Amino acid sequence: MPDSASALQLVLSGDPSLYSIVALSLYVSLGAVILATLAGLPFGAFLALTRFPGRGFVVVVVNAFMGLPPVVVGLAVYLLLSRSGPLGFLGILFTPRAMILAQALLVMPIIAALARQTIEDLWVEYRDELTALRVSPARRVGTLIWDARFSLVTTLLAGFGRAAAEVGTVMIVGGNIDGFTRTMTTAIALETSKGDLPLAMGLGLVLITLIIVVNALAWGARRIGEIRAG
Amino acid sequence: MDRRLVLALAFVAMFGAPALAQERSIVVASTTSTQDSGLFGHILPIFKAKTGIDVKVIAQGTGQALDTARRGDADVVFVHAKAQEEKFLAEGFGVKRFPVMYNDFVLIGPASDPAGVKGLDIEAALKAIVAKQAGFISRGDRSGTHSAELALWKDCGIDIEQAKGPWYKSIGQGMGAALNTADAANAYVLSDRGTWLAFKNKGDLAILVEGDKRLFNQYGVMLVNPAKHPHVKADLGQQFIDWLVSGEGQKAIADYKIGGKQLFFPNAGMPGA
Amino acid sequence: MRAPVTGLPVLFEQASLRAGDVTILDRLDLRLAAGAPTILLGPNGSGKTSLLRLAMGLVAPSGGRISWGGRAEPGERLAMVFQRPVMLRRTAAANVAYALPGRDDARVAQLLDRVGLAHVAGRPARKLSGGEQQRLALARALARDPEILFLDEPTASLDPAATKAVEDIVAAVAASGVKIVMATHDIGQARRLAGDIVFLARGRLIERAAAATFFTAPATSEAAAFLRGDLVL
Repeated sequence: MPDSASALQLVLSGDPSLYSIVALSLYVSLGAVILATLAGLPFGAFLALTRFPGRGFVVVVVNAFMGLPPVVVGLAVYLLLSRSGPLGFLGILFTPRAMILAQALLVMPIIAALARQTIEDLWVEYRDELTALRVSPARRVGTLIWDARFSLVTTLLAGFGRAAAEVGTVMIVGGNIDGFTRTMTTAIALETSKGDLPLAMGLGLVLITLIIVVNALAWGARRIGEIRAG
Repeated sequence: MDRRLVLALAFVAMFGAPALAQERSIVVASTTSTQDSGLFGHILPIFKAKTGIDVKVIAQGTGQALDTARRGDADVVFVHAKAQEEKFLAEGFGVKRFPVMYNDFVLIGPASDPAGVKGLDIEAALKAIVAKQAGFISRGDRSGTHSAELALWKDCGIDIEQAKGPWYKSIGQGMGAALNTADAANAYVLSDRGTWLAFKNKGDLAILVEGDKRLFNQYGVMLVNPAKHPHVKADLGQQFIDWLVSGEGQKAIADYKIGGKQLFFPNAGMPGA
Repeated sequence: MRAPVTGLPVLFEQASLRAGDVTILDRLDLRLAAGAPTILLGPNGSGKTSLLRLAMGLVAPSGGRISWGGRAEPGERLAMVFQRPVMLRRTAAANVAYALPGRDDARVAQLLDRVGLAHVAGRPARKLSGGEQQRLALARALARDPEILFLDEPTASLDPAATKAVEDIVAAVAASGVKIVMATHDIGQARRLAGDIVFLARGRLIERAAAATFFTAPATSEAAAFLRGDLVL
């Protein structure tokens, strides 16, 4: 990014390095949420609807992992993906793929825990009706997830917020490489360490605006959905 | 359900396929001073234009950069702590060390200078700081600057482990963060000149001690040993090293200036560097 | 030639339902056979809902046993309409389609028509009125082509017009050959719909009789008290 430019100037002039950083942030965090949902949502539904010995313990652990420290997740993934580590052969350390993977691990407990609670609450309401309709367990899961979709969107937004806001994970596994793995949060950290505090703050406001825009779009989609399907 | 399946497959493909981006690129583990000073921003585009090789820089402290190289997560390592570099070579992780450039360290402190160090040599200055228990920020991160700081305490006959107290703040972060902290805490800090010149939050800080020959700061570059890590891009990495020590690379380094001041001084040919 | 599989009669043999220390139903002996609607009548808390849930197979008895057409498992052709039906978060038509084994738009339209909801097929089910939702639940239950239809106080929270609409549908369904077992605490409704009455109080079966007999000459003092309008304690 050019020196001594304010964040607003960069936004208005369409500065390519700023826009590529924004694009990467969205790509990594949205990608992480999608991955986390594909894994976490079915798991949350499974926890909500089945009983097995030790279930209570699993629920407590999943809830607790919502608060996993990002820097610890980053470190763990780094050690996994390092060339000296078990998954080193993949060669994805210091690339956006590693960042998506690490953030997905960070976000998955949020998706799973909140989905579990939402679906469990809905199951209490739907249990008699679905049992009377002789709905198979597999179909039950799909029906509950679909009917809970608006609450689940909020869950996804919580996951996205966590991913877009964190810096510890992506800094360690991405390396903050200029033009390649630099996200909004790592760029803010960098500009701060270069002493350009006004630029860092400006980038911070851009990031917050970005998150608000994503939330607004999700809210809009939810409103349209509610009007159409109640 | 079909859409979800496609998405799932896409992500499996994305993670399963090893780096499609095997294009001409290398990973260089380097220090925060070379990044924060803006040097890489200046010289790397020149290198890329000439060779088409993308240099991906991971900026960490020297100690961390060397560890990254030991793990095989970088192709080239470019740091400024000769003793640590030679240990790295002795362990067999590096091929050969090439001196590249030098600059110097400067003692930064508040303009009010509570310990009265301005104009002293570095030994007298450090002793004054200890005597007055004036605030001092240490990198604390096994970086080149941190190594130099520890060496300076030792050379002055000060056992910093014994002498330190609440006035000595070891923050475990990069040079920029250390300067920010020094500005906020009105404290002294040892910095390399390059990062200082490029730093935008100087506040009340100023250079108080400089020019002492003990403040000399040499940078060296090494290729990570392919014998230890076969996947290292030895050919591309060597091209980078060769360019850094070549006339063109050395000139690019010398040309980098902030406010008309040169930050790094090329000395690839200097014996014993 | 095999006889068609039937879930009737539903037979309760000394069936009880307990929750902790509380006995909800106490050693019930009851036979629900094909024919005119059976109305479960009784004050609130008498165990009508629990009896229906046992008959539907939603809960297992704590004591005694229940059988359907001689078998220990409830069959497939049972359906139930709950007092507060759960509307799936989709259109009215989609709610009915949900209960069908495969996609069958014609049958969905026919079922909606049968309950008088054809004009709101595309509306979100949750936006329907209470009476409309109850009728939609009926359509959904009928989509399963039931042999027995259980209803738990379906008009308890509806106004008279909506109540009449629902009762008319129930009567039509009964006339088409489906066995109706319906719980109510409304004596007038029981009079209008019943073939036979099963009178419950405090978890016990007090009296069972054909409607005509029950209303004119109840055999037990509790039934008589209930019909007089006394609180049966």
